[in-house]
Amino acid sequence: MAIHFVVNGVAVTSAAPQSTPLLWVLREELKLTGTKYGCGAGQCGACMVHVEGGRTFSCLTPVASVAGKRVTTIEGLSPGQLNALQRAWLAESVPQCGYCQSGQLMSAAALLAEKPHPSREDIKAYMSTNVCRCGTYPRIVRAIERASQEV
Amino acid sequence: MTMNRRDFMRCTAGLGFAILLDGCAPMRPRASAGTADAAPDAARAFNAWASLASDGTIYIVNPAVEMGQGSQTAIPRIIAEEMDADWSNVVIVPAAPIDKIYGNPGFGGAMYTAGSATVRGYWDVARTYGAQVRRVLMENAARIWNVPLAELGTEPSAVVHIATDRRISYAELAAVVQLPASAPEIKPEELKNPAEYRLVGKDVMRVELPTKVNGTARYSIDVQLPGMLYGAVARAPVEGSTPIAVDDAAARAIPGVVRIVRLPYGVAVLAETPWAAFDAKKALNITWDRHARGYGHDSDKAIGAYATAARDVGRAGKPWDTAGDAPAAMKQAAKIYEAQYICDYTYHAQMEPLNSVAYVSQAGDRCEIWCGTQSQTMAVGAVARALGIAPENVKLNLMLLGGGFGRRGHRDEEFVVDSVLLSREAKRPVKLLWTREDDVKNGRFRPLSVHYLRAGVDKGGRIVAWQHRVACDEITAFQDPVRYKGGGERDFLAMAGSELRTYDIPHRLAEQLPQPTGIRTSSLRGIGFGPNKFATEAFLDEIAAGQGIDPVELRLQLLKNTPRGQAVVREVAAMSEFRRARPGRGLGFAFVDYSGTMVAAVAEASVDKASGAIKVHDFWLALDPGIAVHPDNVVAQTESSIIYGLGLTLTERITFKDGLVQQVNIRDYGVPRMGDIPELHIKLMATPNRPTGAGQMATPIVAPAISAAVFAASGARVRHTPFLPERVRTAMA
Repeated sequence: MAIHFVVNGVAVTSAAPQSTPLLWVLREELKLTGTKYGCGAGQCGACMVHVEGGRTFSCLTPVASVAGKRVTTIEGLSPGQLNALQRAWLAESVPQCGYCQSGQLMSAAALLAEKPHPSREDIKAYMSTNVCRCGTYPRIVRAIERASQEV
Repeated sequence: MTMNRRDFMRCTAGLGFAILLDGCAPMRPRASAGTADAAPDAARAFNAWASLASDGTIYIVNPAVEMGQGSQTAIPRIIAEEMDADWSNVVIVPAAPIDKIYGNPGFGGAMYTAGSATVRGYWDVARTYGAQVRRVLMENAARIWNVPLAELGTEPSAVVHIATDRRISYAELAAVVQLPASAPEIKPEELKNPAEYRLVGKDVMRVELPTKVNGTARYSIDVQLPGMLYGAVARAPVEGSTPIAVDDAAARAIPGVVRIVRLPYGVAVLAETPWAAFDAKKALNITWDRHARGYGHDSDKAIGAYATAARDVGRAGKPWDTAGDAPAAMKQAAKIYEAQYICDYTYHAQMEPLNSVAYVSQAGDRCEIWCGTQSQTMAVGAVARALGIAPENVKLNLMLLGGGFGRRGHRDEEFVVDSVLLSREAKRPVKLLWTREDDVKNGRFRPLSVHYLRAGVDKGGRIVAWQHRVACDEITAFQDPVRYKGGGERDFLAMAGSELRTYDIPHRLAEQLPQPTGIRTSSLRGIGFGPNKFATEAFLDEIAAGQGIDPVELRLQLLKNTPRGQAVVREVAAMSEFRRARPGRGLGFAFVDYSGTMVAAVAEASVDKASGAIKVHDFWLALDPGIAVHPDNVVAQTESSIIYGLGLTLTERITFKDGLVQQVNIRDYGVPRMGDIPELHIKLMATPNRPTGAGQMATPIVAPAISAAVFAASGARVRHTPFLPERVRTAMA
């Protein structure tokens, strides 16, 4: 049974089994490879996307559960131009290996949507969902603070 | 193959003009790639590193892999500096996998990105190659203008004749240049003076950075080919174990499963989708033989055996570093200190689980691979061996690495070979995926180590004798048997850092007691420096306390012959106001000389007496890596190194029971998260000395600095990493 949903504003259909994690449908079926596989267990945040605007571990989300819903991935975060967070990410030279950064940005975007001017403690609490093994955490903090000044 | 002028001109077709041979290597016909293994050393004479196109584009070859450490930008910046290239004209191209041309002189001539050795190792050759290009361009301008070479200079991407105010761009020269028969000789004194640098020492955005904020950065896991299958491998739970019975009925019944493949070291699933492959792998019911050595290994119990070996000083170890006569000097000492330290197994936890993509030709005689390896030539070599084909028939597509930390540079390149063997079976392209659970369970780990140290102090309070005995699983012999045999069977990956050449201690002995456990081991960020500097620096803190000397003062005395070491020590003591007491908190100091990069750090920590939990509040660090090619990136790598070290110190460990890894995924392994990070205060003290590396130099200093801070805060010595709360409680009791 095909599953219909919207990704980055585009209506899509997946023929994958209902329990298939959204992550793999995005990556391998829809070729949106910016969303990353890190742990498959909701422990690292590399797979973070927005479902109906809220941050969601795509590795734990059965594709059937997003039927009829709007999904946003890193590719759809700010198509065609960089948003304030992405600009801040470059200004602070945040990424190292870069593998976790799509997830970091999706979490940060969700944070600023909920709380446009978070305190440093807010940032640390919210962003502790996402692991960065390169340890770019201090720069992520600075980049979020920089972007929040623009929001 | 000989690289003659005709080959060189032929390979330039399509590039406009190329001044130098291998700038076009990425576009070279595949048949010729790799045959340069047989090339004479004269192949270098053509300078394979830079090409100029008449549209002004300057192609510069990058020999290193990019895993976030910035080499992809740093090495071309060095070449561009000596070329006097306008950085905005530069396009970076990956080097072909040819050790003889692109190997790192500072890493045994291999194309191998590790050990913070890329800038350090390529420093001289990169500058020389850049200077050669500049010289050829200047010689051509001298010919065209009929003026002496000595009257010419360069500015970004142009040769200038100041006397007549003439200027010719590199692009114009590219169209008319005549090449010398061999590359010009550049004397060291003809290289730029660091004071003249325009690019080196200046910050610039790393070239790949924009792709890392919009999802377009490409890792091997992102590669998709028409007709591609997905592979997953159930690998031996213990190294060397083989399947003796496989019940795959349930796996075969899963929709999308194409076939089950027996491999020498496991059982693989090929499927139309990744989820089918993962489900089928889980559904396999495999009985493994128990002949492998690792069965029965229990890490908690092993500590006792390792300690017995380390402490049995009558039993000589395998010497690593010897100076003077430590045993004799120890006997003469007025006072002897001793202590034992333990480091648990640790795991890399690079964010991208291992994976690779391969497409083997129908006849099995050619192969194309897409992977993130720390060694291009090891990957090609391992694939060629696995298929029984020549390396030139393996085409490598080097991808960005989602973290390395030492996991991706083993001689057997197991995760790449997985994909190749499966593609050969399937006769289709295969994307081979390790799950995170595979990555943990089939990890290769920094060893368990027990360190027994003794130090003899004379009547005047000077440390005159030092002995450091390290009992640990061997690393180098497992990770890279070729280098191990070629390097005199020295286990440098385990023992590096136990030598104390910078310290003024006349009689020293560091020795290894290798423990043959059969456990899979690996280099890991900081290699032997991690465990060994924990042991030596924590021990020095104990000696300082025992002698009633300030720990900073003790290091200044030991570094009396190393002014650069003293400079970072003084700086960090000042930054942290080391001698200002903080109620309820302790400050701990440590120093590391890591391959010439001088690092000193102070941690400020408190200990919750009831739980034993350590909180690190602030961390100050000063480092002198010599010339910092990309200063902000050196700072970024230092932040990264500290945070990596924080996890190794406080939370991360792998344990074994009956040879099996007990941890499963990211959470129970315990990597640091944003909320765990102290305030970092980093002072980069670049000096106009040869660059000595910056990618991991701060990792080893974290554990001894925190252990000293815990002592200052609580009076307890924690001598076993990670410093789990129960260990701290025990130490306080």
